[in-house]
Amino acid sequence: MDMRTPLSKVRGLGSAKEGADHFWQQRLTAVANIILTLFLVVMIVNMLSADYSTIREYIASPLVAVGIILLVISSTFHMRLGMQVVIEDYIHAEGTKIILLMLNTFFSIFIGLACIFAVFKISFGA
Amino acid sequence: MADVSSSASQPKKRPLSPHLQIYKPMLTMMMSIMHRVTGVALYFGSLLLAWVLIALATGPEHFAYARDLAETWFGQLVLFGYTWALFHHMLGGIRHLVWDTGRGFHLNTVEWFARLTLIGGLGLAVLTWVIGYNMVGAL
Repeated sequence: MDMRTPLSKVRGLGSAKEGADHFWQQRLTAVANIILTLFLVVMIVNMLSADYSTIREYIASPLVAVGIILLVISSTFHMRLGMQVVIEDYIHAEGTKIILLMLNTFFSIFIGLACIFAVFKISFGA
Repeated sequence: MADVSSSASQPKKRPLSPHLQIYKPMLTMMMSIMHRVTGVALYFGSLLLAWVLIALATGPEHFAYARDLAETWFGQLVLFGYTWALFHHMLGGIRHLVWDTGRGFHLNTVEWFARLTLIGGLGLAVLTWVIGYNMVGAL
């Protein structure tokens, strides 16, 4: 039988080593977003007067497709972290908070996957 | 003080720190709020990017529908707002990255950062749209 107190069980385990993870990932994706967003804006401006098939061909070219997918990954990650902080700041009822945090993750993953699937379909699909 | 059991089930109302309405609005404070507001706007704005990509992947009629909608005055307004929010949040974010290095905390610097973010965000959005309208020959 374990005779140790709950405190002594915890003591010595150290931290979970994730204290700065949220901060760091927010910054990492922020820096990536600067570059990738500028790329997206230039790309959109370039395609403003192009027709449907030209735009599809453009997005299907490997570098553009990879650029969009990187942007989608980085920005959905970034927006999930940001919205998480907003929810934690303003929603104090525990139940509502947990539901909103879940919805936040669902929404971010949905947007990310929808965009990436669309780019894949444009690139490979009929 | 003496009644411990009731205070445990019903937490005592503690005084809270003063909130927004107590302070005189200042540029730096407004910019902090704007960073968050633009962030939330971009969060929901991601639906637009997903929508356009899905329309493109679905077929020409779907894309034409999205494009027609984007070309109405309301669509243009929303898209300009999106562009502005993007640049404003980007410059605000760069400001935060500078602060993360421990630099730029002098009151004067902070004030200038705020002005640069505000003007720079609007400026870059307008510049992008001027270039865009030029590309399609509307200017």
